[in-house]
Formats: sequence, C-alpha cells, structure tokens
Amino acid sequence: MTARSLFEKVWDDHQVVAESADAPAVLYIDLHLIHEVTTPEAFTVLKSRGLALRRPDLTLATLDHSTPTVPIRSLADLDGLVGKAAANQIRVMIDNSHDAGVRMLGFDSDQRGIVHVIGPELGITQPGMTIVCGDSHTSTHGAFGALGFGIGTTEVGHVLATQCLLQRKPKTLAVTVNGQLNRGVTAKDIILGIIGKIGVSGGTGHVIEYRGSAISALSMDERMTICNMSIEGGARAGMIAPDDTTFEYLAGRPMAPAGAAWDAAVRRWRTLPSDPDARFDREVVLDVAELAPMITFGTNPGMVIPIDAPVPADTGNTSFRKSLQYMGVDAGKPMLGRAVDVVFIGSCTNARLSDLRQAASIFAGRRVSDGVRVMIVPGSQAVKKQAEAEGLDRIFTAAGAQWRESGCSMCLGMNGDTVGRGELCVSTSNRNFEGRQGIGARTVLASPLTAAAAAVTGRISDPRELLAS
Amino acid sequence: MEKIIRFTSRTVVLAQADIDTDQIVPARFLTTTTREGLGKALFADWRYDDKGKPRPDFVLNQPAAAGCSILVAGDNFGCGSSREHAPWALVDYGIRAVISTGIADIFRNNSLKNGLVPVIVDADSHAWLLANPGAEVSVDVEACQISLPDGRKLGFPLDRFSRYCLLNGVDQLGYLLQQSEAISRFEKNRAWQP
Ligand code: SF4
Repeated sequence: MTARSLFEKVWDDHQVVAESADAPAVLYIDLHLIHEVTTPEAFTVLKSRGLALRRPDLTLATLDHSTPTVPIRSLADLDGLVGKAAANQIRVMIDNSHDAGVRMLGFDSDQRGIVHVIGPELGITQPGMTIVCGDSHTSTHGAFGALGFGIGTTEVGHVLATQCLLQRKPKTLAVTVNGQLNRGVTAKDIILGIIGKIGVSGGTGHVIEYRGSAISALSMDERMTICNMSIEGGARAGMIAPDDTTFEYLAGRPMAPAGAAWDAAVRRWRTLPSDPDARFDREVVLDVAELAPMITFGTNPGMVIPIDAPVPADTGNTSFRKSLQYMGVDAGKPMLGRAVDVVFIGSCTNARLSDLRQAASIFAGRRVSDGVRVMIVPGSQAVKKQAEAEGLDRIFTAAGAQWRESGCSMCLGMNGDTVGRGELCVSTSNRNFEGRQGIGARTVLASPLTAAAAAVTGRISDPRELLAS
Repeated sequence: MEKIIRFTSRTVVLAQADIDTDQIVPARFLTTTTREGLGKALFADWRYDDKGKPRPDFVLNQPAAAGCSILVAGDNFGCGSSREHAPWALVDYGIRAVISTGIADIFRNNSLKNGLVPVIVDADSHAWLLANPGAEVSVDVEACQISLPDGRKLGFPLDRFSRYCLLNGVDQLGYLLQQSEAISRFEKNRAWQP
C-alpha cells in the first residue's frame, strides 16, 4: 500500500462516496459541534423541509459566542446583559437543541464553555475523527489528530440532516518545526511565527500537518493553540499526529472511551501518524531556537514581528499603509513601549488552564498598571473551576484584573465585552482584524505572557524581562 | 435556488488585500436568526460613520456603484471567520460575483451555496480590473469564463459539480439526501463507531 499522511488516513476512513471528476466526496462527520450564532438558519431550513436530525447523538451544543461573561440567574436576565437580539438567539438555540434531542451544555451545565475548549476537555474530541462546527477555529481539534474544520451555515444544515458533507479533497502542507523554545517563548509565538512565514493565505486549499521535534515536545494545550490558528494561515484544518501525550490527556475524560474500548481505541489511534515516506504537496521548515515572543502590528495575523523588532519599513503598498493608519502605528518604529488601554486574556486560542497559569506567573505580586482595563475570561466553566481551585483567580483579582465567566467575550465582542474606538488592546485571541474587538478597536495579538506583561507595565513589554529568574 | 447562467454588469472595486469576513459583516450583526436583510450590514464599518450616515468616500456609497453586481477585490478575499452571513450580505446587497486573485476556502464554499460566483483571475488581468473600476464585465458560468470590455476572455476554475449546481439552481442538500442509502451502509459497516 502506498504511504499515506495522517490527513489521508482520516479522509479515506470517512469517505462514504469517493470523489470523482463530476462530484465531490461524501464525507462522514463523527462529531458536529453547534453554537448559537451559526445554526439558527440551518434549523429553519430543516424545519421548512420537514427533515429530522440524522444523528443527534453525534451532535453537541453549547452557548459561547454571544453569551454574557457575568453570572446569570435566569434566562430572563439575558436581554439586559447582551441585548434583545443576542438573547433571542441564545433562547432559539436552547429551544432548537431541545426539540431536536441534541445534548445542550447550557447555562445550567458546568461543562459549558467555548466550543473548541470543551470538546477536548470532555474527551469527545478524539484522534482520527472528522469534526465540524460552524466556526473557523474548529481547526483546534486537529491537535488530537482529528480532521476538524469550519463550515458555513448551509453546511451545518447538511450535517444536521445527513451527517455528511460534500467535500473536495484538499492538498497537504507539512510544517516542520524544530529546535528548543527559549524561556518566555510559547506555542502562540510559534504559530504567529509560522503565519508570518507562510502568510495569511499561504495555507489556502491545504490541510496543514505540524510536525518536528518542537511540536512533539508540546503539551496538548499548546498543540491546540497551534492548530487553532491554522485558519489564520488560510488552512481550513491543521493536524498533529496523536502520541502518548495525546493519549495521556484523553485518558479518563468524561466522554473518552473507557475499559476495553479505550484499549481498542488507542491501538487504532497508534496507526494514524503519517507513514515515514508519506508525501505532502508542500513543505515548510521552521527553527524556533532563536524565536522571540511575537506580536502583531497590523490588521491581519500575518502582520507580525518579534517583540523586539521594529515595524517593517513602508513599501508604499496601500493595504499596508491603511492597516498601519488604522492601528496608529508607524513604519520602521518599535511596538515595544507603546501604551496599552486594554488587555484581554481569553479565547479558544489561549484560555486553557496552562495559559492562565502562565499569565498568573506574571501577575503574581504585581498590580495592573493604572488606567489599563484587564479582562481574563476562562475558556470553559471547567477551566474556571480548576483555576479557582489553584487560586489563580485571586492572583488576577488581587492584581486588579477582572475575572469572568467563560465565553468568547472580547475575542469578537458580540456579547457587549468590547474594546473602545482607538483603544489599543493586547489580546491572546486570534484575529486582529479591523473592528474585531469593537468598532475602531486596535488589536495586538500576543501570548498570555506578553499580554500579562502589558497589563502590569501598561505598555507593550517583553515578558522575558518580567519572568522570575 | 435561482439558476445562474450568465450576467453582465459594471464592476465596483475594493482593491485592498485580505478583506476578511469581519469587514464584510461585523460581528454585532450576527445576532440575527434569519439570513434575510443583511445587505444593510454589508461593509457596515466602512460604509457608515459613527452616526450611521453613509461615508461619501466609500466606493459603495458613490453613484457609480449603484446597480453594480460584480465586485473586484484584492487578493485573499473573504478570509477569517466562517460566517455565511458574509455571502448572504453580499447577495442581499446585489453582488453576484466576486473577482480576485485569491478567495479564501470557507468563503468560497459558502458563496457557491448561495449563488455568488467566485472568480479567480491571473495577476495581470486582476491589475487591469483593479485599475478600471466600472468596466463592463460578463460572467459566463456555463463557459467558466469572464469577458472584459476589450473582448478578452479569461477562464476561471469551477469544479463540474459546483457549475452544475449553479446552472441548474440545484441545492446540494437534495443531492446529499439522495445518498442516504450509502450513508446508512457506511454507518453500519464501518470498522469503529464514534
Ligand atoms: S473564542 Fe473567538 S475565535 Fe474562538 S470560537 Fe469564540 S469567537 Fe471564535
């Protein structure tokens, strides 16, 4: 048999009908995650056509995008907290899930959280699966050797009705990352470095496989940060071969297989990594031994520099100029030392327990700088509980930061958690697009360490200088 | 769905590269539960000022843009969020084709399901189109080509299935539902169950 990559193995295993010149493949979906923003119209289509959900048992619902990050006592509170439209959307989601027999991890569940944080945390995200969600950061689940990708609402309807999608087989891109990370440099810096190298459309049409010694050395939380931002490099999916780190993470999780089923699953999962002579359509190699903490300076995630480097020189390109003007940043000048208004530590990129621990290592014994608003939003209610058990919340609040309920929050500013016009926000999220965090908001993407360093100094600062020696 | 075979229109140009779906429809408009009426949210933060008044310098607010149904955009159009609200808003506004050198994967998929034709052209033709806003361009889905005013014809990639669906107004859900026997067989025979 010909050598196959991880992606090809998962793809082949899910083809209900193979693709032909005339038609795309019919691809079976093992897990469909749904949330309030990108599903209501899909349920409407099903209802209007009299169709039932094919596999409610392979569908899991939660509330994250437009939900408040303050505690709520009843659903009636929602209107006042997030506005009538968002409140209505949340209620529609709860009703749709209930009517369709889909398990909903809602406000009454301590398993609620950002859809890409809870899947792994519950152990329902597993190697070799196909996982989709009406959300582009579904690539996160690729950290487990699953094929996870974002889909539009029409496709959400397709999966609800048939548990399948029509797909053309994408190409493959191997991103090999070698070298040992320096202190203060994190997985977020690796992925920002990769996007800086391949560009925001470098992965278009491809599924990425991240490999190499620097990737194998990462924890699952860190691998998720990497795969999460595959879409920022244009790739719909990013995958990492499952290994012992993966299995250790999953063992004993509430929705992971147990007993004999676990042993059988691990045996199957061990066959998933790419064969040694598997071929990729493209390859990129990166060494991270010299990598510095990375930050963005413009309005897309490819506009990224090492924290101690100046913003690139003006090339006369109008998109570049427009971007710098929006950010209030000067070509050729450093970002380091710029005053910061807001710091957001959260999102499906960087709001897992290890991210919060890293942030806390900077906040401990320090105060948030005067005039800086700091919002720390755990990725899930479970992360929140664990962080509180470790006392991280007290470190944050003692420093003067806000500690919230889980949700997407200021990552996209749908729930009222927003950055003001012209304000500069250092954010651990994944998109620095114009207006992403609020109308006129200026976003600088960074790691939790760099974000925390900005919070306590009030400026864009190199976190390496604040780490305890 | 409406059949889309060919149409002709003047172009409107947004030359900026990497226009993401957060610009096409900002997140605060995503609290809707229907796909209708999003045209007013299209490029909202570029189109309107703080008070909701149209910004006269934005192309879509200029008289020449009225009635244009072909958008020529910078490279990598539609990157970012998977929100299908982006093609919904473009279609609701009256755009029927987007021409660029690159169109992001998810946006492209979503567009094809909503009768919005994604047209990829070479860099030279793209440069010409960017430099000539208002050019009269024909999009021919049947022939998979566009024609420029000087008579030049440029082919664009469109897989046979998508072309068939556009030409016949076929909705892909119907096609998938016809596969239900194969899907049941797959569910029954697979080596492991999720
Ligand atoms: S945290 Fe941000 S990127 Fe992640 S799912 Fe929520 S809105 Fe999307």
